[in-house]
Amino acid sequence: MANLVARTPCEGLLPVTIGSVTLSEVVIERMAAVAPFKGKEGAVSAALKEACDIVFPAPNRTSSKGDARAVWAGQGRANVIGCDLPDLSGLAAVTDQGDGVAAVKIEGDGAEAVLARLVPLDLRAATFKRGHTARSLVNHMAASITRLGPKSFEVMVMRSMAQTLVHELTEAAEGVAARG
Amino acid sequence: MRLICPHCGERDRREFTYQGAAEILDRPSREVGNDDWADYLHLRENPAGETKDMWYHDPCGAWIVVHRDTVTHAVHSGELASEVRK
Repeated sequence: MANLVARTPCEGLLPVTIGSVTLSEVVIERMAAVAPFKGKEGAVSAALKEACDIVFPAPNRTSSKGDARAVWAGQGRANVIGCDLPDLSGLAAVTDQGDGVAAVKIEGDGAEAVLARLVPLDLRAATFKRGHTARSLVNHMAASITRLGPKSFEVMVMRSMAQTLVHELTEAAEGVAARG
Repeated sequence: MRLICPHCGERDRREFTYQGAAEILDRPSREVGNDDWADYLHLRENPAGETKDMWYHDPCGAWIVVHRDTVTHAVHSGELASEVRK
């Protein structure tokens, strides 16, 4: 049997610091997409509450407790990370995403300015607060963007897009840094 | 142009993909004749003014009926196609 070496999506690419911004990888070892069946959102939320102390998030919101978190991921869908899911049979369609997602944390004074170059949204703190999430684009690539703190965001894309994401963020950060 | 996603709010047009006229939601019953089906499949209005069409919000996966004006370019509203169809 060949000796297979597990690599994280952004291995060898991150971390990197450019100007006032640091890009680092958020390793997501396992993620599940949870899509409640019609009318079952409340029941799914209750089951998540009991098992992981999180709820099924409203659109554009996240729910988190310790390592467990649920990130709204589009119409009727949330990605659950960092906890063992309860049995949701009959309540929701659950799709294991494995480690198929690449996530990058972008933090620093220039984080908003860097994302402003790539994302067609107002991500400033007044409108996009901690715990808010958005499905949008990073340049031409669909992505999930979440605010983690006053100066930090997480950007999530499909794992196959890891290198593209790092490239886009790096280039934007260099542009921001060049302006001083 | 900025379109309205019922989930995400007003978003840039680049996040959306156009499908066609919202008449596609008014599917005739199986029993009606070939003429009605041909109309449903092939005939479209080409309005100067108020129009409703289907857009897909790519990042969030919602089908939306957008009510807009082809003359003034105003975008009036966006509704979930699943709600409109009820």
